[in-house]
Amino acid sequence: MTDWPILSTVTFLPTVGALLILLVRGDDAASRRNVYWIALWTTIVTFLVSLLIWIDFDNANAGFQFVERTEWLGGRIGYSMGVDGISMLFVILTTFLMPICVVASKYSVKKRFAEYMIAFLILETLMIGVFCATDLLLFYVFFEGGLIPMFLIIGIWGGARRVYAAFKFFLYTLLGSVLMLLAIMAMYIQAGTTDIPTLLQFQFPASMQTWLWIAFFASFAVKMPMWPVHTWLPDAHVEAPTAGSVILAGVLLKMGGYGFLRFSLPMFPIASADFAPFIYTLSVIAIIYTSLVALMQQDMKKLIAYSSVAHMGYVTMGIFAMNPQGVEGAIFQMLSHGIVSGALFLCVGVIYDRMHTREIAAYGGLVNRMPFYAFAFLVFTMANVGLPGTSGFVGEFLTLIGIFRVNTWVAAFATTGVILSASYALWLYRKVIFGVLDKAALKSIFDLSRREVAILVPLIVLTIFFGVYPIPVFNVTGQAVDNLITNYQAALSAAGKLALAAQ
Amino acid sequence: MYSAIVFLPLIGALIAGVIALSGSYRAAMVGAPKESLADAHGHDAHGHADHHHDDHGHGHDDHGHGDHGHHAAAPGSRPAELITTGLLLVSAVLSWIAFLTIGSPEGETVRVKVLPWVASGTLTFDWALRIDTLTAMMLVVVTSVSSLVHLYSIGYMSHDEHRPRFFAYLSLFTFAMLMLVTSDNLFQMFFGWEGVGLASYLLIGFWFKRPSANAAAIKAFVVNRVGDFGFALGIFAIFVMFGSVDFETIFANTSSVAGQTIHFLSWDLDALTVICILLFIGAMGKSAQFLLHTWLPDAMEGPTPVSALIHAATMVTAGVFMVARMSPLFELAPTALTVVTFFGATTAFFAATVGLVQNDIKRVIAYSTCSQLGYMFVALGVGAYGAGVFHLFTHAFFKALLFLGAGSVIHAVSGEQDMRKMGGLWKKIPVTYWTMMIGTLALTGFPLTAGYYSKDAIIESAFVAHNAFSGYAFVLVVAAALMTSFYSWRLVFMTFHGKPRASEEVMSHVHESPLVMTIPLYALSIGAIFAGMVFANQFIGEGYDQFWKGALFTGPENHILHEIHGVPALVKYSPFIMMVIGFLVAYWFYIRSPETPKRLAAEQPVLYRFLLNKWYFDEIYDFLFVRPAKWLGRFLWKKGDGWLIDGFGPDGISARVVDVTNRVVRLQSGYVYHYAFAMLIGVAALVTWMMFAG
Repeated sequence: MTDWPILSTVTFLPTVGALLILLVRGDDAASRRNVYWIALWTTIVTFLVSLLIWIDFDNANAGFQFVERTEWLGGRIGYSMGVDGISMLFVILTTFLMPICVVASKYSVKKRFAEYMIAFLILETLMIGVFCATDLLLFYVFFEGGLIPMFLIIGIWGGARRVYAAFKFFLYTLLGSVLMLLAIMAMYIQAGTTDIPTLLQFQFPASMQTWLWIAFFASFAVKMPMWPVHTWLPDAHVEAPTAGSVILAGVLLKMGGYGFLRFSLPMFPIASADFAPFIYTLSVIAIIYTSLVALMQQDMKKLIAYSSVAHMGYVTMGIFAMNPQGVEGAIFQMLSHGIVSGALFLCVGVIYDRMHTREIAAYGGLVNRMPFYAFAFLVFTMANVGLPGTSGFVGEFLTLIGIFRVNTWVAAFATTGVILSASYALWLYRKVIFGVLDKAALKSIFDLSRREVAILVPLIVLTIFFGVYPIPVFNVTGQAVDNLITNYQAALSAAGKLALAAQ
Repeated sequence: MYSAIVFLPLIGALIAGVIALSGSYRAAMVGAPKESLADAHGHDAHGHADHHHDDHGHGHDDHGHGDHGHHAAAPGSRPAELITTGLLLVSAVLSWIAFLTIGSPEGETVRVKVLPWVASGTLTFDWALRIDTLTAMMLVVVTSVSSLVHLYSIGYMSHDEHRPRFFAYLSLFTFAMLMLVTSDNLFQMFFGWEGVGLASYLLIGFWFKRPSANAAAIKAFVVNRVGDFGFALGIFAIFVMFGSVDFETIFANTSSVAGQTIHFLSWDLDALTVICILLFIGAMGKSAQFLLHTWLPDAMEGPTPVSALIHAATMVTAGVFMVARMSPLFELAPTALTVVTFFGATTAFFAATVGLVQNDIKRVIAYSTCSQLGYMFVALGVGAYGAGVFHLFTHAFFKALLFLGAGSVIHAVSGEQDMRKMGGLWKKIPVTYWTMMIGTLALTGFPLTAGYYSKDAIIESAFVAHNAFSGYAFVLVVAAALMTSFYSWRLVFMTFHGKPRASEEVMSHVHESPLVMTIPLYALSIGAIFAGMVFANQFIGEGYDQFWKGALFTGPENHILHEIHGVPALVKYSPFIMMVIGFLVAYWFYIRSPETPKRLAAEQPVLYRFLLNKWYFDEIYDFLFVRPAKWLGRFLWKKGDGWLIDGFGPDGISARVVDVTNRVVRLQSGYVYHYAFAMLIGVAALVTWMMFAG
C-alpha cells in the first residue's frame, strides 16, 4: 500500500470536495442538498481512506511511516509527509469528527451553506496536514493556515459577539505564531534544513534551545490553551457554531499538545527539562483555577470550554512528566477529550437548535421529554468527570501517575481536579437534565431525531470502547513514545544533566 | 462460572436499560415533526405537553404509593423485572456454590483473565477476576442481598412508572460491586469503586423531579470523590513503590517495601504508612466515616430498596472490604492502623449519638449503618480483620432486613417516613413487625443472633488490642452499643407500639405487604439469626486459617482473635449489659412514660439541637468549602479572567491601540502651519543630536 501517497490523498481529498462544492450553483433547497451530500461523502470517504493508514500502520516501527518527499522551495525546504505513533491517531480523530460535524450542521446553518462547507473542508485539509507534515515550514503553513477558515467560521456563522470572539481568537493565536516563525527561521539558519526527521537528530546548543523553546511555547501554549492565555477559548466556543466548537475542542486544541511532543521535547530536550517545573505550575493552576471558574458559569458552552482548559492542564502536565505513563496518558487524554468534549458540544448544540439559548437557567427537567438525550449527555458527562470505564479515565489517571512519579506536590494538586470536575459537571447535568420540567417553552421539546442519534451513538460507543479496551491506542503510541523518551534521556545525559528515573 | 456470577447482572442491566431507553424514547417522540430548516421545535405547541404531570406531589412520599394509577407503567416493565431478577438469582446460587468451594479447606484462589486493559511502559493491568475466600464471601453477600432486593422491588416499586430504569440501575450497581470485589488489581477495584458510586448517584437521584434527591445524589458523588482523591494518590504511591498495581505482586513484595521511605509532598515518610492512610481516606469516603459521612443520611432520598442494598449491605462496606483486602499492607503499617481505629471508633460513637434523636425512620437506620461501619473499622484497626469482615457479613443481613422492613412499613402507611406519625402498627403488619424484631435483636447483639457473634468479637478485640487508640475505641464502642440498643428499640416502639398517631384515613389503609416483598424479609431473617452461629467458627474461630487461607493477612505477632477468649467476664458481658440497659431506657421513654423524652429534650435544648442537626457538619462544610469554592470561582472568573487577563491582555491592548490611534488622528489637524511647526522641531532636534554626537 505504500506505493501510493496515502497521506497526501487523505490530506487533499477534502479540498477536492470543496472544489466540487464550488461547482454547485444557486442557493435553493436542491443545491443545498447537493452541497450537503458532497460534503458528507467527501468526509466519509476521507475517513475510510484514513482508516487504511491505521490498518497498514506498523506498530513496531518507532519512526515515520508512509513517507512522501517532493522537492519544494529549492531543495532544502521540501514537501514531505509522514506519520508516526504520536501523530497517526490525530489524523484518524480529525477524519472521524468531520462527517459528524457535517451532519450536525445540516439544519443549524441557515445562511451561506456552501461557503460554510467549503470552509470546513479546507479546514480539514489543513488540520490533517498539520499532523502529517514532516517538514517544519510545511507544518507552519498548515498550522497557521488552519487559523483562517476557523476565523471565518466563528466570524461569519457565529453568535451575537462573533466578531469580538473571532478577533480575540485570531490575535491570540497569531501572536504566538509570529514568535514560532522567527524560531523556525533561526533553526533553518542553524541546522540548514527544515526536515523534521533530520532536525530530530540535530542537537541545538543549549543556550539557543532556551530561546527556541520559548518561541515554540508561545505558540503552543496559546493553542492548548494553557493558563493564562486561555481566555480566547471560552469566547470562541460560545460564539462558534456547534460544529466549529466540535472541531475547535476536538482537533485544534490538540495541535498545541502535538507541537510540544513533536518539537519542544525532542528538539529542545535541555530547555524542556529546565522549563518542566514552569509547565507543571501552569498546568496545576489551569486545572484548579479553570475548574473553579467552571463551577460558576451560567452558559453551557462556557462551562464546557473551561473544563476543556482544565483537561488540557492534565495533558501538558503529562507531556512534561516525561515518562511513558505521562506521555501516553497525555496522548490518550487528547484523543479522548477530542471525542468527549466534541460530543458535549454536540449535546449543547442539540438543545441550542431547539431553544436558541445556551443559558443553563433556561433549561431544567429535560429528562422528562428527552430521555435518550439525557442518556447520551450522562455518558459524556461521566467521561468528562473521568469515570473508569469511559475513555476520560484512562488518560487522566495515566497522566496523574506519570506526574506522581516526578513530583508528588503537583500530583496532589492536580488530583483535586477529580473532585472539582465532578462538582461542575454534575451540577450542569442536574440543572439541565433533572428536575421538574416546568418552563413553558420546554414543554413541546422533542427528543433526539434520527440524525442526532446517528451522530451521538458512534461517540457513545467509542467513549465506552476506549475506556474498556484502550489497548489499540497504546499499541500505536507505545513504540514512538518509548523512542521519544529514550532520545530525550540520552540528550539529557549527554548534556550532563541527571536523567530522571527511566521507565 | 465466576465470569457468569459477575457478568449476568451486567447483561440484565443492559437488557433492562435498552427496554427503558427504547420505551421512553418512543414515548417521547410521539408526534415529533420531521426535521427541517424551519424552526421545527419552536413555539408552535403540539398539544403534547400535558401528557406529563407535575411532581409526584408528596413531599416525602418514598415510593409514589400515594398516586395510584396516574402513570402508565413503562412498556416492558414486567420483562425487565423478571430478567434482571432471574439473572441475579442465578448469580446468587452460583455465588453460594463458589463460596462453599473456595471457603472449604481444599479451596484455592481462582484467577480468570478477561481482557487486557492498559499497557503503558511498565504499568500494565488487565480486566481479571480473582476469587479467594474474602471475595467469595463478598460475592455471597452482594448477590444474595441484591437478588432479594430485586425481588422486593418488584412489589415495592409496582406503582412507579420507571421500573425498567430502576431495575437496570440496580443490576448495574450489582455488576459494579461484583467487579469491585473480584478485582485482581487496584485499577479494577477503582473501576468498581467509581461504578458503584455512579449507580448510587443514579439511584439516589432516581426520583429526579425532587430537588432534594438531586442534591443528595450530587453530594454523595462529590463527597465520595473527596475520598477517591486519597484512594487515587494511594494507588499512585503503590505503583511507585511496588512497580505494579496487581495484588499478587504487591502482596508478594510487602516485606521488601516495609521500612522504606517515600518522598511524599515535601517529606520523606514511611512508605506503607503513607499508602495505607491514603487508601483509608478512600475507604472513609465510601464507607461514610467521620468527616466524610455527610452524604449517607442524605442518600436516603433514594427508594428504600436502594438504601437496603447500597447504603446498608454492600456499597458502604466496600471501604471495609478494601482495607481487609489490603491487610498485608495495613498489617505492616501500625500507624495507619491507629488512624483507622481512631476514625472507626469516633464514627461508631458519633453516628450513634445522632441516631438517638432522629425522627425519620430511614435516617435512624442510616445513622445506625454509619455507626456499625465504625465498628468494622475498629476491628480492622486493631488487627482483628476476621472480626471486622465477619461483622460486615452479618450486618449485611440484618441491616438489609431492617431497611426492607422499614420499606414495608412505609409502604403500609402510604409513604410516611416520620416515626412520630406512626405507632400501633404491629397488629396490622405482623410479618413486617416480627421480621423487624429479628433484625433489631440481631443489631443490638441479642445472644445467639448474628450480631451477637460479630459485635462482641469486635468489642473484645478492642479491649485486648495494643494499639494506641484501642482503649479509646473500647470505651466508645461500648457506649455506642448502649445507644444502638436504645435507638433500635426506640424505632420499634415508636413505629409499632403505643397508640396510632397516623390519621384515621391512613390507618384504615394499613396493610401487610404482598408476598413478593415478605419473602425477602423471611429470607433475610434467616440470615440475621443464623449467619453468626453457622459461620463464627470459620470467620473468627478455630477454622480461621483453613477458611481464609491467607486472604486476610495477619502478622506472626498478631494473635488478637485468640486473645479475646481470655478477656475478663465484665468485658465479655458488657455488650449484653448495654443492650439490656438500652432496651429498658427505650421501654421507659416510649412505652411507660412517653413524656420523658420530650421533657429531656426541653431541658437540654443545646445538646438536643446539636444532635438533631447532626453536630452541624453540613453547616460547617458549607461554610468551609462550598461557599469559599463558589466565591473563589466567581472571583477568578470575573477578576482573574475578566479584569486581569483580558483587561491587561487582549482587551487592554486593543483599547490602548485605539487610544493611540485616536491621538494620532488628532495630530492630523489639516493645518499646514501645524505640520511645518512639527517639521521645524524635528529638524532642530536632528541638528542638535548631530552636533553632540558628531
